[in-house]
Amino acid sequence: MRQRSVFDIIGPVMVGPSSSHTAGAARLGALARAIAGAEVRSAEVVLHGSFASTGRGHGTDVALVAGLLGLAPDDPRIPEAKALAEKAGMRVSFAEGDLGDVHPNTARITVVTVDGARVLVQGSSLGAGDVEVTLIDDFPVRLTGELPALGVVHHDQPGVVAAVSARLAADVINIASMQVFRERRGARALMIIETDGPVPDETAAGISALPGVIAARSVPAV
Amino acid sequence: MAFATFIELAAAAREHGSLGAAALAREAEETGLTPEGLVVRMDGELTVMESAIAAGLSRDDRSRSGLTGGDAKRVRTGPALIGEPFRDALADAVAIGETNARMGRIVAAPTAGASGVVPAVLLAAARAAGATRAELVSALFAAASVGAVIAARATLSGAAGGCQAEIGSAAAMAAAAAADLQGADPDTCGHAAALALQGQLGLVCDPVGGLVEVPCVMRNATGTAVALAATEMALAGVRFPVPLDEVIVAMGQIGRSLPPSLRETALGGLAATPSGRTLGERACTTCTDVTSSTGADTDA
Repeated sequence: MRQRSVFDIIGPVMVGPSSSHTAGAARLGALARAIAGAEVRSAEVVLHGSFASTGRGHGTDVALVAGLLGLAPDDPRIPEAKALAEKAGMRVSFAEGDLGDVHPNTARITVVTVDGARVLVQGSSLGAGDVEVTLIDDFPVRLTGELPALGVVHHDQPGVVAAVSARLAADVINIASMQVFRERRGARALMIIETDGPVPDETAAGISALPGVIAARSVPAV
Repeated sequence: MAFATFIELAAAAREHGSLGAAALAREAEETGLTPEGLVVRMDGELTVMESAIAAGLSRDDRSRSGLTGGDAKRVRTGPALIGEPFRDALADAVAIGETNARMGRIVAAPTAGASGVVPAVLLAAARAAGATRAELVSALFAAASVGAVIAARATLSGAAGGCQAEIGSAAAMAAAAAADLQGADPDTCGHAAALALQGQLGLVCDPVGGLVEVPCVMRNATGTAVALAATEMALAGVRFPVPLDEVIVAMGQIGRSLPPSLRETALGGLAATPSGRTLGERACTTCTDVTSSTGADTDA
């Protein structure tokens, strides 16, 4: 269990009514936007379990839209997020579905950005506002949004992990955790690196240009 | 927060002068942040609590589901049978519960559903004692430190431990902090928390329609009453024979032995009564209507 601060007990400041169904949902939306890496043009959301059965009354749908717009969990505009989305030209559709053997509070969010990129992000709200992204496209991952992170899509070949961590070291960015997933041997792979400080865009751009790297993106904490 | 037991917290409080001072010192030590900065942050949370109360006391409209709303105002203008300080504390607790249900801004304390108890009790205690804002902020640190002990020894989640883990914990945190605010010694604060928590052992989480409204909004008020009773008794010198650390462990054990139907799933208790079912079904229809009318474009 992570270290408890007094502000985890008296806090967070949030828009109600539920830390799991509202604040957590807003954070999941914000993480999906951060992972997509650009403003969201449209999103299709599948709500599973308790998110589907009691989500409406808890404003889960509204909070997810708020997160996709980039609003923080304590932003007083959360209740009007759907109107704000309409104004911004962002379209979000909701459906209920069975996502299988996953946490009861789970959403699958397929985002299309203004650049036309399409990303699938699936995550769960674990309670007390804590969240976990468990799927990015085809990659099973574990990303909490507590710390800034760097996502790197690369070819599964020797030396990429070393080159990426060398670049982070050169830029004095400390790695808090590191996970590497691959589709299969020699195919595409995904690195998720949580860091103690934010990863500047220049660092991410430098890593994108490394041999074997397909794309790299800084994902801020949410 | 590294205080894993109330015994440790009380020892630190004896050294620092109060639970609140001990909690602040420990937080500063662990985060490397200055006590001044931490106090400013907590002061900001107090301001959010006060705004949530003001919002709740001034509005008659119902929540998105239509299940709650307007009762804070009703209580605040009620007969004050026992006295205005008690009535006002109940009104403050309901006000935050209603603000939370309306998707207003609140401070989870320790959860969103139980966010009314700590502010309602501490504001009442501060008014009674003529306490300064700095003392009130210190009391919030005290409440948090007791909450952290409960998180370490049991749980603060209704899904894991029932309502006793949410409203029960909030009442224990509030009672200890209210005693701390009155300058009581750490042991007395522990007895205040133990007296509050023992009074809510076994309380189940049975929300109608699965929403944080019925009975959650009212339980903030009844939890406030329990916390004030516990504070009153502890300050009078009543000693609860089972120490707080053990009462907390009992709460956790009771929570684990509750069937899932009584842990936030809306399958038992009040949620499963004929009226609870009808209200729950109606609430979900209502909120779907509200949703589609506020953004047809964004709905499937």
